[in-house]
Amino acid sequence: MSGSIQAPAIDARGITRVYKARPADVTALAGIDLEVAPGEFFGLLGPNGAGKTTLIKILTTLLLPSSGTARIFGFDVATETKKIRRIMNMVAGGEQSGYGILEAREQLWMFSQFYGLGAREGWRRVDELIDAVGLGEQRNQRVSTLSTGQRQKMNFARGLLNDPWVFFLDEPTLGLDVSAARSVRELMIGWRAAVPGRTVLLTTHYMAEADELCERIAIVDRGRILAIGSPAELKRRVQRESIFRLELDRLAGGPASLARLPGVESAVAAAGAAQGTEADPRQTVVVNLVLHDDAALAGVVAALDGLGAHIVALAKSEPSLEDVFVELVGRGFDDEGESGRPDRGADAIEPHEAGQQDPEGSL
Amino acid sequence: MAAPVLPVFVGRPTASPQEAANWTPRQVAANNLRSIVGRAYPRVRGLTREPSWLVFQMALPFLTTSSFVFVYRALDAPPAYIGFVVIGGAMTAFWLNVVWMMAAQLYWEKDQGNLELYFAAPMNVMSVLVGMAVGGLVMSSTRAISILVIATFVFGVSFSISQWFLLVAVFILTLAALYGLGMMLASLFVMWGREAFHLTQLMTEPVYFVSGLNFPVGRLGFIGALAIALIPLAVGLDAMRQLAFVSTGPTGTPDPATETLILVAMTAIFIGLARFLLQSMEERARREGRLTVRWR
Repeated sequence: MSGSIQAPAIDARGITRVYKARPADVTALAGIDLEVAPGEFFGLLGPNGAGKTTLIKILTTLLLPSSGTARIFGFDVATETKKIRRIMNMVAGGEQSGYGILEAREQLWMFSQFYGLGAREGWRRVDELIDAVGLGEQRNQRVSTLSTGQRQKMNFARGLLNDPWVFFLDEPTLGLDVSAARSVRELMIGWRAAVPGRTVLLTTHYMAEADELCERIAIVDRGRILAIGSPAELKRRVQRESIFRLELDRLAGGPASLARLPGVESAVAAAGAAQGTEADPRQTVVVNLVLHDDAALAGVVAALDGLGAHIVALAKSEPSLEDVFVELVGRGFDDEGESGRPDRGADAIEPHEAGQQDPEGSL
Repeated sequence: MAAPVLPVFVGRPTASPQEAANWTPRQVAANNLRSIVGRAYPRVRGLTREPSWLVFQMALPFLTTSSFVFVYRALDAPPAYIGFVVIGGAMTAFWLNVVWMMAAQLYWEKDQGNLELYFAAPMNVMSVLVGMAVGGLVMSSTRAISILVIATFVFGVSFSISQWFLLVAVFILTLAALYGLGMMLASLFVMWGREAFHLTQLMTEPVYFVSGLNFPVGRLGFIGALAIALIPLAVGLDAMRQLAFVSTGPTGTPDPATETLILVAMTAIFIGLARFLLQSMEERARREGRLTVRWR
């Protein structure tokens, strides 16, 4: 199959990637199977060194897999590189590409030429994109003087120059402040929503970002996909009971009186919350309530009257993606690996480690 | 999250990924030509952005050229030797550009993160190398012409040219061979990674010497002959000197017509090798991760 209309946007089968290194080879990917449908906003979530960036490099034709196959809209990443490069683009967090001596507008125009836009068409598209990403005031500012957030917006505009069908975003909000990160996320959503079929593959280790943006997420660790599903599906995997946070004006008998009700597994005072007492009735009572299922909540609410309590607030507690990750991996995102594998994995290489700078300005 | 759908995000030139992926040969050719212009752009633009190059790339090399002129005058050398030094000084601009901004350039590009963007774009990466060469030619030509004109005026160099056409052809072929060599070395340097800086230094002073930058290369005997056979700067300089100063008599080197043929062969070999090495380098880099992993 080559470039079939019905082909998945991304179709990876049995992808492995081993880097030759001393003292021991580094296995960045250990058998990845992944299918992303056209039009999907798909996330790869995992800690540094999980293999996310390596997978993106393979899918963007910059790296060959050690074994396995991958196709983009049916085009083979190993043999049909030019076709893939015409329909995709990529932006990475902290990207410092281009030439500081150029103005933002000029830099984008230069890249537009690499994607085959005509000279005038390139300037027009660049101006439109600069306005779209909110860099209008910086259009004639030298790239070297742009802030991190402005630079990333410019990178984002660069990624859209060729109107890609697949957009690879590798930690695009890395190092951005809250406002700039939000702005970049809005751009991602707005761009994809504009035309059906546009596909985004986002890697991130920001769980909230993945939760907010992605329709489906693959949780990756040590080169393997541990789980794939929508954020809600993934969370349901770790939440076997229904958990509610119940705030009452008073509660005669304390949380124990709720624990005895049918369908209630446990009822305990919420840690850190001020608890009302007979002596100080102004304080409310906050209880974490674990039920067999949601249906048991009706019985609890009905019983509260009999206990002389009135509901001040009621909220269902949902697990976070971090809870999902901990459940799947047995450790948190920031914890050390247990196998002795260095945390600085294949996709955690810092820029500019190579040292020397161009004495003539890298033009 | 509210997501603004802006008109610029809507307009797209293709109806499907398959349509977008299949380009006509004309589109491919246009893409490669535009990429040459695109890559040359920052170098040409840089000329007007950083006027300090007037000092560093014109005034300082002029001092070096001047010092050799004064040495030859003190020794009562034939007047043509002053012209030899002036031509050598002008050609230094091209060699420095080839070594620092061609051969070592892909290494810097890799370090900056540009290299992977070049490879991820649809054009032939040879276009990037040619664009670098074109931009470099514009930069260096400005410097070379300035040195040539100023030095000729200041030191009163008188040229005696009998074959203008051949001289222009030799000059163009010298540049083609030089930048072909630069493109070839660029592919090699990116594979050698961190050693590029040292290799670049290694290729500066020794090449000045064996190319006879400030003296007739024929004086070097066998080493000079070897340089003429291998280094475009050496053969180009010697041919240009023979053509620009016909009264100097035998130089102990091949005649200009033969040296022109050597330059033609060098151009073809270097550009052919550059193309081959770039393809091999890309394949090897994709296999070993050298395009994307900066510590490799």
